[in-house]
Amino acid sequence: MGKITGFMELDRIERDYEAVEDRIKHFREFLIPLDPKEVSQQGARCMDCGIPYCHQGCPVNNLIPDWNDLVYNNRWKDALDILHSTNNFPEFTGRICPAPCEASCTLNITDNPVAIKTIECSIVDKGWEEGWIKPQISDEKTNKKIAVIGSGPSGLSCAQQLARVGHSVVVFEKNERIGGLLRIGIPDFKMEKNLIDRRMAQMEKEGVEFRVNSHVGVNVTFEDLNRNFDAIAFCGGSEKPRDLPVDGRDLKGIHFAMEFLSQQNDRVSGKNVEPSIEILAKNKNVLVIGGGDTGSDCVGTSNRQGAKSVIQLELLDQPPVREDKALTWPNWPMKLRTSTSHEEGCERNWSVLTKSFEGDNGNISKVNCVKVEWLKDENGKMQMSEIKGSNFSFQVDLVLLAMGFVHPIHEGLIQKIGVDLTNNGNIKANDSEYKTSVDKFFAAGDSRRGQSLVVWAIKEGRQCARSIDEYLMGKSELPR
Amino acid sequence: MSGYQISKSGFPKEYGLYDPQNEHENCGFGFIANIQNQPKHEIVHQALEIVHNLDHRGAVGSDPLAGDGAGILIQIPDEFFRNELSNSNFTLPQLGQYGVGMVFLPSDQRRAKLAINSIETAIKNEKQELITWRDVPVDPSVLGETVKDNAPTIKQFFVQMGNNISSENEFLRKLYVIRKQSLHLLPQDDDWDDFYIVSLSTRTIIFKGMVLAPNLSKFYLDFQNPKFKTAIALFHQRFSTNTFPSWRLAQPFRYLCHNGEINTVKGNSNWMNARRYSMKSDLLKDDLDKLWPIIEKSPSDSATFDNALELLVMAGYSLPHAMMLMIPEAWKDNELMDPKRRSFYEYYSALMEPWDGPAAMAFTDGKQIAATLDRNGLRPARYIVTDDDLVIMSSEVGVLQNIPENKILKKWRLQPGKMLLVDLEENRIISDEELKNSLVNANCYQDWIEDSKISIKSFSLETNNQIPESKLLLDLQQAHGYNKEDLKFFLEPMIIDGQDPIGSMGRDIPLAALSDKNRLLYDYFFQTFAQVTNPPIDPIREELVMSLMTFVGPRPNLLDPKSGSKQKLLELEHPILTNIDIEKIRSIEKFTSGNLKSHTLNICYNKVENPKVKIESFLEEICNEAEELIKNNKCNIIIISDRKLDKYNIAIPALLATSSLHHFLIKKGLRTKVGLVVETGEARRVHDLCLLAGYGAEAINPYLSFYTLSNIIQNSDNELSEVEAYKKYIKAVTKGMLKVMSKMGISTYQSYSGAQIFDAVGLSSELVDKHFCGTSSKVEGIGIDQIQKETENRHELAFGNSPLLQNDLDVGGDLSFRIRGEEHVWTPETIGTLQHAVRSANYSTFKKYSKKINDHSIKLKNLRGLFKFSSKSPSIDIDEVEPVSEIVKRFATGAMSLGSISTEAHTTLAIAMNRLGGRSNTGEGGEEPSRFSPMPNGDSMNSRIKQVASGRFGVTTEYLSNATDIQIKMAQGAKPGEGGQLPGGKVDDFIAKIRHSTPGVGLISPPPHHDIYSIEDLAQLIHDLKNVNPEARVSVKLVSEVGVGTVAAGVSKAYADHVTISGNDGGTGASPITSLLNAGGPWETGLAETHQTLVMNGLRDRIAVQVDGGLRTGRDVVIGAILGADEFGFATAALISEGCIMMRKCHLNTCPVGVATQDPELRKNFTGQPDHVVNFFVFIANEVREIMAELGVRNFNDLIGRREFLDFQGAKSHWKAHGLDLNKLIVQLETDQNQDFFNSKTQNHGLEKALDNVLIKKSHLAIYEQKKVTIKSKIINTNRTVGAMLSGVIAKKYGHNGLPNNTINVNFEGNAGQSFGAWLSRGVSFNLEGDANDYVGKGLSGGKISVYPHSQSLIKPEENIIAGNTLLYGAISGECYLSGVVGERFAVRNSGATAVVEGCGDHGCEYMTGGVVVVLGKTGRNFAAGMSGGIAYILDEENVFESHCNKAMVDLEKLTKIEAKTKHTEKEINSDLLDFDVSRLKLIINKHLKNTKSQKAKLVLDNWDTYLPLFIKITPLEFRRALNEKKKKLNDEIIPSRIAGE
Repeated sequence: MGKITGFMELDRIERDYEAVEDRIKHFREFLIPLDPKEVSQQGARCMDCGIPYCHQGCPVNNLIPDWNDLVYNNRWKDALDILHSTNNFPEFTGRICPAPCEASCTLNITDNPVAIKTIECSIVDKGWEEGWIKPQISDEKTNKKIAVIGSGPSGLSCAQQLARVGHSVVVFEKNERIGGLLRIGIPDFKMEKNLIDRRMAQMEKEGVEFRVNSHVGVNVTFEDLNRNFDAIAFCGGSEKPRDLPVDGRDLKGIHFAMEFLSQQNDRVSGKNVEPSIEILAKNKNVLVIGGGDTGSDCVGTSNRQGAKSVIQLELLDQPPVREDKALTWPNWPMKLRTSTSHEEGCERNWSVLTKSFEGDNGNISKVNCVKVEWLKDENGKMQMSEIKGSNFSFQVDLVLLAMGFVHPIHEGLIQKIGVDLTNNGNIKANDSEYKTSVDKFFAAGDSRRGQSLVVWAIKEGRQCARSIDEYLMGKSELPR
Repeated sequence: MSGYQISKSGFPKEYGLYDPQNEHENCGFGFIANIQNQPKHEIVHQALEIVHNLDHRGAVGSDPLAGDGAGILIQIPDEFFRNELSNSNFTLPQLGQYGVGMVFLPSDQRRAKLAINSIETAIKNEKQELITWRDVPVDPSVLGETVKDNAPTIKQFFVQMGNNISSENEFLRKLYVIRKQSLHLLPQDDDWDDFYIVSLSTRTIIFKGMVLAPNLSKFYLDFQNPKFKTAIALFHQRFSTNTFPSWRLAQPFRYLCHNGEINTVKGNSNWMNARRYSMKSDLLKDDLDKLWPIIEKSPSDSATFDNALELLVMAGYSLPHAMMLMIPEAWKDNELMDPKRRSFYEYYSALMEPWDGPAAMAFTDGKQIAATLDRNGLRPARYIVTDDDLVIMSSEVGVLQNIPENKILKKWRLQPGKMLLVDLEENRIISDEELKNSLVNANCYQDWIEDSKISIKSFSLETNNQIPESKLLLDLQQAHGYNKEDLKFFLEPMIIDGQDPIGSMGRDIPLAALSDKNRLLYDYFFQTFAQVTNPPIDPIREELVMSLMTFVGPRPNLLDPKSGSKQKLLELEHPILTNIDIEKIRSIEKFTSGNLKSHTLNICYNKVENPKVKIESFLEEICNEAEELIKNNKCNIIIISDRKLDKYNIAIPALLATSSLHHFLIKKGLRTKVGLVVETGEARRVHDLCLLAGYGAEAINPYLSFYTLSNIIQNSDNELSEVEAYKKYIKAVTKGMLKVMSKMGISTYQSYSGAQIFDAVGLSSELVDKHFCGTSSKVEGIGIDQIQKETENRHELAFGNSPLLQNDLDVGGDLSFRIRGEEHVWTPETIGTLQHAVRSANYSTFKKYSKKINDHSIKLKNLRGLFKFSSKSPSIDIDEVEPVSEIVKRFATGAMSLGSISTEAHTTLAIAMNRLGGRSNTGEGGEEPSRFSPMPNGDSMNSRIKQVASGRFGVTTEYLSNATDIQIKMAQGAKPGEGGQLPGGKVDDFIAKIRHSTPGVGLISPPPHHDIYSIEDLAQLIHDLKNVNPEARVSVKLVSEVGVGTVAAGVSKAYADHVTISGNDGGTGASPITSLLNAGGPWETGLAETHQTLVMNGLRDRIAVQVDGGLRTGRDVVIGAILGADEFGFATAALISEGCIMMRKCHLNTCPVGVATQDPELRKNFTGQPDHVVNFFVFIANEVREIMAELGVRNFNDLIGRREFLDFQGAKSHWKAHGLDLNKLIVQLETDQNQDFFNSKTQNHGLEKALDNVLIKKSHLAIYEQKKVTIKSKIINTNRTVGAMLSGVIAKKYGHNGLPNNTINVNFEGNAGQSFGAWLSRGVSFNLEGDANDYVGKGLSGGKISVYPHSQSLIKPEENIIAGNTLLYGAISGECYLSGVVGERFAVRNSGATAVVEGCGDHGCEYMTGGVVVVLGKTGRNFAAGMSGGIAYILDEENVFESHCNKAMVDLEKLTKIEAKTKHTEKEINSDLLDFDVSRLKLIINKHLKNTKSQKAKLVLDNWDTYLPLFIKITPLEFRRALNEKKKKLNDEIIPSRIAGE
């Protein structure tokens, strides 16, 4: 275990960021990696808990204490092997994961968790740097063919796991680039896209075939798939955004966040965006509705584009700055989270309901809001009510709707094959077998569990792979 | 009547979890002999009077008249029999030419006739002549009701020597054959437990029965006849844990009576059977074959021992010689022993392994009468010699009251390993020295050893230790079930620290049979351990009795003492073989010119070639192959080997192969013709190695461990060389093995090997009976097919393509929670939910928690998950159920000491439990007296349960008198049978203060309570504690294992008010992981066995039963109740409620939540509140009520022991668990109308008989007005624990300060009983003219005790014994002056008393932490072992002390004379134990003189200048360092303040 008394002697140190004034000038990653020596010292702070809460806090159950210890002992390569035993893409999670592991770290009881995410990222970055990460090509082929629909994190992890035990895997991606939301949704300043390319190259060597511009249910028929493959994994994500059906919604200048974000990612990748559909925040008063991570990404992107002002609204109450540890730890707490994008300049408002939009020449110009309060009803459920007389309005030029996603897109494949859905509109399958109501058809990731974190998508993809392997081979040595 | 059947001997047959095999017994015993061999009638009655006076050492069960059995063995009263028989016209031949048989016959006439016939036939067959039968006149009216039913018909028969016999000895051998044959001639389709030939001899006869000792002479009417005479009598009073009346188990047996317990009896009997075909006797010749089985079917270790002893004697060994073989002294590495004697023992150790365990034995063949003590001296045995040629030897002194002091020539004791022999033909006492010298010199044993013993070091072999390349190594590791934890928690720490690694908190993983993992076979076994009926040993501090020596090779003929010189034997220092060693053994033929030959037996099978192979049949092939090899003399060493394991060859678990072959060879009588060595990759941990040893391996080569170690050092920065790493590993595992052995009180590997000191949990009886014969397995479980499946699964994973296992080991996860690792009950989720629930007082959150935990149970994490509730009654409204406020009173928190958890955590629990009306537990180590008074807000921090553990830290009279319950901790779930150690660094000012020790000095808790080596000792301690605080319940904490029920029955008979059964899931602050995971059993079985045994014995309702060890929910409580618990202990769950998060870091002092740490910074993180704990218990009680309502039960008492509320549902669909069967836990029990199934009565402690009642009355003025009083009193050995009750009264009133010195003075005359002056408070002075028994001044809390010989006595005090063993145990303060020599373990764990003695036995000042001891004479061996504080002065007149001292922790120095010139005040002297030695010594000796009029003291003082240079001062190193540091600190503080002041 790191060092027995390490946590008592050493302070938490994390990666630093470029200064705000510098980083908002570009779209590159602005995290400054920690010196490996420092990282190794941070590993010493891990207490190797009898019950490692981080281990459960982490959706992929990263063997955190184990690699913390190895990093402390400068056994980086061993640490990398262990890290990869639970997580196919630690370089993604090491950058963009909100790190529930750190929330559940024992040292977080006193607000001082081990810098787990930093360590994770350092291990895998070093692994790439040193050339330790190589394709793991299966010795024996099974002659089973599997189609994976969607190339987001769940599709990718599913495909990689399956290929590694000798199956032939084809990934179908409707867009022209691989990566799903990782590629099109997450801004480059949070995660640069060459990381995906690097993994794709590895996976191709491992035998995964990627087919872009292949929209199953649109330009690829399900029947073809069904005929040519032994199993199909649907990892299509939860792409249906939550809308705000209020007066003025159809005014110009009101967009879903993803439209806005994906355009910017295209631009960064060198692709030209057709001017007619271009959404830009430059010199605009930007309103972001929705206080989550996507909203935050909109804030960061807007500022980089040169917005005049950025306001972010959240329907829920402002959470406490520090959670009541006694009642939350080791769970993921509701607390005020200030992202790097927020630090770059943004006004945040809580308990605000957007009532309507008003326009000028068909273009959005004003938003009308009201303050709300949340109270428990007799059943203990939180109920919202508007506060009389608290209405207010302000001028806006661009509205970005970042209120989350409701379920996968039903139109097309899902409706066509008639797979059973949950009440929420997600594909129905349990989290041990990932089997849907349609024969040979498995589902994993956001399309099954609803919108969630990248790390959950990776986890589901891996588990789904195991289930498919078991389904095809009668047993599986892939890890749960 | 009950559902169980009583066998014909009076025992119930195995029923439910009760098994007669588990009965234990301890006792009062001894002998009386007239050295001149003059038969006297009075000797019979003297013997009986002694037995009567040892009454308190015996026990009475539910029937007050029944007793546990008593008896005497005497010489044949020839005159009496001659007279009796002449009345019916029979004439006896001369003495020596006839034999008398004493027989218990079946009460059934028909059966009795069959038995008589078989005896007569046997006599005829052996060509001897029956003279006649005689009815033995008895008076059945003195028998208890429970005994009358199966009282035997008692007859004697007389046999005349036949013409074919030429000597008495030959005739004796024939009688032996007749006795054995008469059993064999009976119809074998019936059990003949009710037929028993008590004795059949030309010299001795035994009268015994299930009567109380005083009634023995009323029962046997012959005793009243003045012609009934003998010169000797062996006598015995039995205290058995059970109360089933069994006449045959009363002692003496044919040659001996025994106080103690043979721990290795299973192995010893196996080894006896194993010798069948390697034994030949010139004396017994062909008759030998008629004697099998040598060992009679009997649940008694003593009877088994007697059987073996008898064979040796019949085959020509003299009785003392045979005894030396069976109970050898500790000879190994004993530099003080004559080398010739060492050679004698070494020589015979190859013929027979020791019968190991505490033993005081008295034995006789009618011509010699003797007694001996085991190597540890764990039983008291005192003797006196009078001027009219009487020798009286007994457990206590003063047992015959009419012997005037001026007739006594010698008072002494049996010393460890020594023998006292009275030779009735030579009419003299033969000393141990003379006796053994003559035996030792009878043959040239040294030469014989040189001829036969070979050492592995003498072979030179060119071979290199080729480590497999890393991929292959990984596959091998995986095939043998290695996981990361094996490396991380075991192998790596072992090569760093050289010891078995330490962990903390409890086990919360499933039993192996319930686990989804492919567990190793080792995981299905739990180590058993000594509790109550015999003590564990301290393998570190009492290393001198331990030995790991082992022999490999065929054994010589036991019955031919010379045969050992002819057979070569490989002698090993310890049983672990390196990879080079095993190669040497493989080639041993060439080193021993063919005398030893080894054969490697492959235990791997090829699954590819033979896909349908069953390991059952493969094992048979292996066994048959071995038989062939042995019979054809192809080899005499077999190496059981799994070296052939590879991708295609699968290894049978080495343990299975070893045990199967071992038992197969025993059955074939071939086992001693061959040595068994195991070469396996599977064994790596201490537990694994112990199992292989326990099931027959003489040596083990864990080759893969060595490869793994090499790999570890290659891949790390560790600079250790390979050789050093191997050494450290061997050191670690051998130390660990010693600890496992010592837990059971076993001191030699030879006895441990094959002793099967394990319980199986989760193995089917079919498997166990066939392959682990004799092992207990109570809940059934997997069979050999599942073992095969697990083995093959492992193998497949190892050599398969699993991506996870390609480059790495499996995570393991037994010790810390891991994904894909073993399942745990405590998870982030369950802990988080519980904490959120209790902190927010939210019952619905709690229900989420309990649902999760109960689901875990049902998902097969523990045995109780296999039960479901059932009820025939309709559900009731919850309001009708007993309220929460009543139910919570049944709850207690577990024993956690102030050293192991923080003050905050400790007091929070206490306040919470006091608010609830439940109980919290101090744990070991005392409590601050300020907590005994209520807090201003009405709360109380006083823990109602005060624990008394082996260290006795802080156990003052005041502490005891502030208890509601006093708990004697016999064992702890996480580490039963082990002691503990608090390193000096953790002993801060606070801890030192409450433990009455020195800050910075480490504290050791010994493995045993040194005043509990047996059940009667426990009864004594219970009596002691009850005297100190008569209002408190006295509780005994036991740990679940097979047989715990019978121990609990004994505890109930020892008058404990309360017994706790702890499961092996219980937590700990620090324990070897080996113990934490592998010792003790689940509470479900232990509790059920306890309840069943108590009910069957009629002992249930007089004792409260508590269960603890991993209770977590209301469901657990209700199941506990149904299985028989009145009360419930929670430790881990309560700790979690106040903030513990199961870091398992308690042993590192780094608990980040301030629970299990003393670090002031970390303690600030503690956030627990009493309310959180209160909420937890209220929630639990609520849940209990919900279940009760569901079951239709209003009162909790109506649940207890009511099996009808539980159904066993099993785990039918689980691939492994489906074989489990818990029906034995819930068998139907019926009881007579008078017995409740729950605790409804109180015990009768007999306190009204205490002498203290008189003392308290006479001390009235002193107690209430502090006026001086002086009292005179006679005292006899049955006046026990004198002074304790008086002291309790004083402490209650005045606390630890007591009264002013010498306020109450009591002058006693006579022989004091045990525990004289125990817990004597300050202000009380006891003066005793006479002598005392064991435990004088136990827990002395400021009082003063002086003992000196009677004024009439002619003995020289310094050459005679004045008081017994284990004096001043745990004494806190006060003074003790003893004019004479005392027994073993003087001043053990003394904290602060000053004591003077004129000589002492072995282990003086052991574990002492404070105080001053002066010994004006010789000490025994191992003085100052584990002594960490205080000082001692020894008068070393013969300049031998240094060799008697254990110098591991202390420093020896001569005294300087310089400071004697100046005068020092007493206060000055006491202020610094490092200085003022001469003044101090003189002052103390002066006090000794004043208090005892000691001649020795006078001599020393009169010749001070001569004697002073002969004194040696003993100072513990750590103590000196701590005191010097303290001095320095004080100086540093004083100097700056002076400067500031100036």
